[in-house]
Amino acid sequence: MKVTMKVNGTERGGDVEPRVLLVDFLRSNLRLTGTHIGCDTSSCGACTVLIDGEPVKSCTQLAVQADGRSLTTVEGLATAAGLSPVQTGFHQEHGLQCGFCTPGMMLVGTALLEHNLDPSDEEIRWAISGNICRCTGYMNIVKAIKHAATLREQSEVVQREKAGAASGGE
Amino acid sequence: MYPAAFDYRAPTTLEEALALLAQHGESAKVMAGGQSLIPLLKLRFSRPELVVDIGRIAGLDSIKRDDGHVVIGALARHADIERSKELAASAPLLPEAAHWIADPLVRNRGTLVGSVCHADPAGDWGSVVLAMKADVVARSGSGQRVIHAADFLKGPFETALKPDEVVTEVRIPVGKGRGGGAYLKLERKVGDFATAAVAVHLHLQGDRIEIAGIGLTAVGPKNIQAVEAERFLHGKQATDEVFAEAGRLAAAAAEPNDDIRGSAAYKKDVVRVFVQRGLKTAVQRAKEAGA
Repeated sequence: MKVTMKVNGTERGGDVEPRVLLVDFLRSNLRLTGTHIGCDTSSCGACTVLIDGEPVKSCTQLAVQADGRSLTTVEGLATAAGLSPVQTGFHQEHGLQCGFCTPGMMLVGTALLEHNLDPSDEEIRWAISGNICRCTGYMNIVKAIKHAATLREQSEVVQREKAGAASGGE
Repeated sequence: MYPAAFDYRAPTTLEEALALLAQHGESAKVMAGGQSLIPLLKLRFSRPELVVDIGRIAGLDSIKRDDGHVVIGALARHADIERSKELAASAPLLPEAAHWIADPLVRNRGTLVGSVCHADPAGDWGSVVLAMKADVVARSGSGQRVIHAADFLKGPFETALKPDEVVTEVRIPVGKGRGGGAYLKLERKVGDFATAAVAVHLHLQGDRIEIAGIGLTAVGPKNIQAVEAERFLHGKQATDEVFAEAGRLAAAAAEPNDDIRGSAAYKKDVVRVFVQRGLKTAVQRAKEAGA
């Protein structure tokens, strides 16, 4: 079956059997190998992607179900301007050790901050509760997402000030 | 893991879906969020020739009030229920139970109706719909059937649904005034199946229990309605002694097995304690709802 979907802002397509899992389509067809296969049983969250902004386990979705949707994988987090606030948070707060769970952790963190600008530790723990870190580095993952919230807030203040200065100057 | 090959159709109308089921019968399988079906396909426990994905049918995702009921559409996801302001006000047991299901990512795709149709004895919604005396609405090309939840859930992974039918909604009576419920679940970690769990729901008339519903999760071949305990509670004063006796009766109705999550005796005792605690919480909430 022909499928097309927007992946990290770019229209991508392929011809797949209905039984092909979304994670395999991303990794094998689109060569986006940042999305990991961990448990392959919907338990660990290493395969997390955002579908229309919501975190989903791509080992438990068919590629055909994502036809026409908009996806974000870990490759879509950074922009030409640099790392995203969540990526910077993981970098600065040592939010990763082996790195295997990191794409999923960063994507659930990113989705959380879209809805909640200033999450509590409890809310962050809730958001990452479907993602397993086998290094058990959870403390720093929570700190990293918390730090990202601060970075995001700061960058928005800067942008507002710039916007204010620009409109004030006209 | 790859599923065995199957054909796939994603109709955009219910009529189209029903026509496909009428044509393919037992060899077709309906998929909503896929959070139970896809694992079964991957393990090849299920090998349908055709998967009918109802996920693109408009209008099936609603959560609404209708004539003393809350109506949960076939595509309303656990996450929708968890966040619903309507349900937080009219049937707070539903968001409370939703919060315990799987993990936040699975809840972004899985549905209440899909879970009830999957009829896993360890499923959380089965107990909730039993405790709340819900009705399951099934449509086929030849019409509509309304089936009591207790009649719908027949055995492990077995329901009263016919091969040409789709469940379009679950209707849950909410009544008026002083109702309350609770969902208590023991799990080893987020996302694991329950060691045991209990749903209770009741209505108060003065200080007496008018209607009580109790559903048990993961302690038998299907979600169990604790009928003896429900009958015992009818018309009783809401006291600790009454809650304790109802807990004993519900534990007697449980038929758990020994497994890696605990011994049968342990699980029965969890049911006893959870029913007792759940009733106490439900009465408290019913009083607050009526205040």
